[in-house]
Amino acid sequence: MPRLTGAGRTRTLLPWRGETMVLMAVGLLPAALYFWYGAHDRLGPDPVNVFERWLGLWAVRFLLAALLVTPLRVVSGISLLRYRRTLGLLAFWYALMHVSVYVALDQQGNLAVLWHDITRRPFLMLGFAAFMLLLPLALTSNNWSIRRLGRRWGRLHRLVYGVAVLVAVHFLLAFKTYNATSVSYAAALMAMVVWRAVSVARARMGRAGP
Amino acid sequence: MARWSYPRPSSSEITPRGVWLSRRSLLAGATLGMAVGAGPRAFAAALHTRPGPFQAAEKPTPLEDVTHYNNFYEFGLDKTDPSTRSGQFRPRPWTVSVEGLVARPRVWDIDALIAALPLEERLYRMRCVEAWSMVIPWDGFPLASLLALAEPLGSARYVAFESVVRPAEMPGQTGGLDSLAWPYVEGLRLDEAMNPLTLLAVGLYGETLPNQNGAPLRLVVPWKYGFKGIKSITRIRLVEKMPPTTWNQMNPAEYGFFANVNPEVDHPRWSQASERVIGAGGFFGGGRKKTLMFNGYGAQVAGLYGTMNLRSFY
Repeated sequence: MPRLTGAGRTRTLLPWRGETMVLMAVGLLPAALYFWYGAHDRLGPDPVNVFERWLGLWAVRFLLAALLVTPLRVVSGISLLRYRRTLGLLAFWYALMHVSVYVALDQQGNLAVLWHDITRRPFLMLGFAAFMLLLPLALTSNNWSIRRLGRRWGRLHRLVYGVAVLVAVHFLLAFKTYNATSVSYAAALMAMVVWRAVSVARARMGRAGP
Repeated sequence: MARWSYPRPSSSEITPRGVWLSRRSLLAGATLGMAVGAGPRAFAAALHTRPGPFQAAEKPTPLEDVTHYNNFYEFGLDKTDPSTRSGQFRPRPWTVSVEGLVARPRVWDIDALIAALPLEERLYRMRCVEAWSMVIPWDGFPLASLLALAEPLGSARYVAFESVVRPAEMPGQTGGLDSLAWPYVEGLRLDEAMNPLTLLAVGLYGETLPNQNGAPLRLVVPWKYGFKGIKSITRIRLVEKMPPTTWNQMNPAEYGFFANVNPEVDHPRWSQASERVIGAGGFFGGGRKKTLMFNGYGAQVAGLYGTMNLRSFY
């Protein structure tokens, strides 16, 4: 299990420790930009829908980026482990904003409609379940939790592969047809899950061997 | 049949003056452009139209939004694709054939058709199955008027519509994963087709239809979800059996043949109880309202369905 504390082996992009904060700030720019556009009526005729989908898309992008860190290191030797926590947290912040826009702007806080939707529609159930699973991961993405949870931290964070599967299906269902965007992101997420499953299986077979 | 009508401003007063004036100059340029064989987009021409029945109390959606937020998969999946990728489409010359179980089949030239049937302006609510809505001043004639000229036979039960296939002019028709099966086909029961609300539109806001809105001829059925409104029609066929329809074939669990606007029957993936009002302005324009049964046209069309179970026949 790669450790977040393995940063010593990581080449850094910037020579100072604030680089993850810079990554976080830059990562939040797409949301800030679209919020500004939306508040000034520059997101077209259906601004809430555009903003909601934009936030969802960026949540998927950052989730995928976080999941790519380990395969990238194994395949190319480039380690971005140092940035994985920030990428994962960005995925969470975008998911939180995505859910907030759905609740507050799209459904305008109508609890009856929200309850009806979330309990009846697989599309929304999947998305909501993915968000709920992300929550404990975000809450434990800090050094204190890693020390405190020890080996259990690694096991807990394997939940991210469950999130990836839920998000892949939710994303596919968000479009009226299967199209290049939805299929390629869903396939990439599933590839991360398969890659992980194969590496785990290989490691087990390696241990079981002579 | 309840009808109502009341004084309302003409399109020229509704459209922002700047837009109106710029279209006038576009029109002037278009004439010039066509004379030298250029400017394929510039087909906007003023129509002789008069206010018809079935007006709506709502404020019309701005022309800019009506023409830049479209579902027209022949040009692409995004709402902006139809306006940005339809420049190569040539809606004239154009013919539409009325055929099948009729006494007088005929292939109509679009301009002969416009000359033969008086045009009316009708301000209709439009509700998309994706839970958004607009209010659009269409110019056209009742489908019933055209069908009457063709004299449907007693055996005719349904009307089948077929759209154009021109991959060279419609980039969304070049295939690929996201492609629907072409041509786009739609259908109505004959009594739905004969209902006075059912309109064949040749224009909006007083001018010929822009390419992205289904030039030169499209169906408007205001009590049904927008996808029933087949665009760029080439064939109208009277038939005995219920014809196949594109979205129903694509996903029968989500899109029915009838597709009547119904706030009580949800789409499997989202609620149909309310709708986002297009063009309400920014995040905080408060653009959501309750969806009405039959999109508010129950007085005109509820009788068509009698005791039919609208949950099974969605």
